Amino acid sequence: MELFGIWIAAFLTLCIYSFLYKDNPFYRFTEYLFVGMSVGYSIVLSYHQGFIPFAWKPFTAAFTGDSLYGLIRLIPIGIGLLFFSGLSSRHTWLIRFPSAILIGVGCGLAIPNVLRANIFEQTRGTIEPFSAINAGTLSSMEIFGAVLMVVGVICTLTYFFFSVEHQGPVKWVSKVGIAFLMIGFGSAFGNTVMGRVALLIQRVDFLINDWLGPIGAFFG
Amino acid sequence: MLTKLVNMDRRIVFILVALAVIIPMLFPISLSVSISKPTKDLYNFIDELEEGSAIMLVFDYGPSSLAELNPMAKAILKQCFEKDIKVVGLTLYAVGTTMGSDLMQGVADEKNAVYGEDYVFLGYRPGIELVILGMGDDISSIYEKDYYETPISQLPMMNNIKNYDQIELVVDLSSGSLTESWITFANVQFNQKIAAGVTGVIISQMYPYLQTGQLIGLISGIAGAAEYEILIKDPAKGVLWINIESFVHLLIVLLVIIGNIAFFVNRKQEE
Repeated sequence: MELFGIWIAAFLTLCIYSFLYKDNPFYRFTEYLFVGMSVGYSIVLSYHQGFIPFAWKPFTAAFTGDSLYGLIRLIPIGIGLLFFSGLSSRHTWLIRFPSAILIGVGCGLAIPNVLRANIFEQTRGTIEPFSAINAGTLSSMEIFGAVLMVVGVICTLTYFFFSVEHQGPVKWVSKVGIAFLMIGFGSAFGNTVMGRVALLIQRVDFLINDWLGPIGAFFG
Repeated sequence: MLTKLVNMDRRIVFILVALAVIIPMLFPISLSVSISKPTKDLYNFIDELEEGSAIMLVFDYGPSSLAELNPMAKAILKQCFEKDIKVVGLTLYAVGTTMGSDLMQGVADEKNAVYGEDYVFLGYRPGIELVILGMGDDISSIYEKDYYETPISQLPMMNNIKNYDQIELVVDLSSGSLTESWITFANVQFNQKIAAGVTGVIISQMYPYLQTGQLIGLISGIAGAAEYEILIKDPAKGVLWINIESFVHLLIVLLVIIGNIAFFVNRKQEE
């Protein structure tokens, strides 16, 4: 059975890589198969690991008399079912209720935490090294890094500051900001290349060692 | 000649890249791998944990990212099992469920770790933020049962683990933005220490969190996985693959240089 799986995986891998020559039905078939299986797998898993333990079991337990607490679940289940009102043009307005709750809860949870994680902590991280400079605990390279970071932050933010016309000194500061952005994009691109090549290497490793390896061993 | 080079069929590049992968794979060459500070920091943190401590290992990735993240997961698990550090595995990414379960079981078999005593796999729950926040209060309120349908109250290891207070570190292995969710909710709300292992695509996004200490360590793509394998003194796929990767990078750099020279010379000739 494992051997069968390896052959299927090898066939599908070759189907996907056949796109490098040109688009073809084998590639399309495999692409659709992958998307379909991913979605199907996610739905089944969400049903078994989400809907069943959090909604269905507590709900049914309320009727078997195990725990009446499950009746409370009727409220979120009912609100969730309103999402399906979008299927009827007459009742589509009902979708506003679950949407409003979802957005409200989402914002309530996210805004204070996101502000702290991504604004306050990042601001602290940018400024904090300067207290260490005062205390004399940083090396010359670390001081250079701290100054460079502040210059980078100010210049990049200036580039995205559209309330003032980018002329004179502002233009030059924003140009430095663009340079910092380009370095950032370059770094991200380099890392992306590394990631994509790793995917290729893993598949080639699979084809050579797991698929062709046993065949080669069989023929001596 | 240069015009031909600029208009070269892209399939020739594909063949060159394929050769740069296949040849070093058939005839492996060992190159040195230098250890980066973020990887070393994570290794040291786990290494300094007391025996019997617990970490949470989160498999937030699917099959499309396993090339980079599976070697990291294996290396971390090996380190933990050798040091008798308990591992609570889970995922917030549905597609990663079976992969996480199989991977933990595979490494556990290799290191003779016992399910329920040395490690558990809780599986998947939908609702990212609510799962992270809920486990801060009580893990059993989110995961009443593990992935194999065993009530977690019956797992000996989980008797001492109620919430993040008993978890020394969350290591999120992620191919997307889920590490940011762990930082935003578990770190900010519960002061939980977080480390991450990420794919190459999102490494740059993680560095600001590393600089502020919101991440105590970071394993960066396949290079980070190779570094970790060297740190645990068990070179495996990560080390093999990063050596091959170096050849491909060399080829890409050469192609970029040749392509640029050809482009500029060609443009000058046209002028």
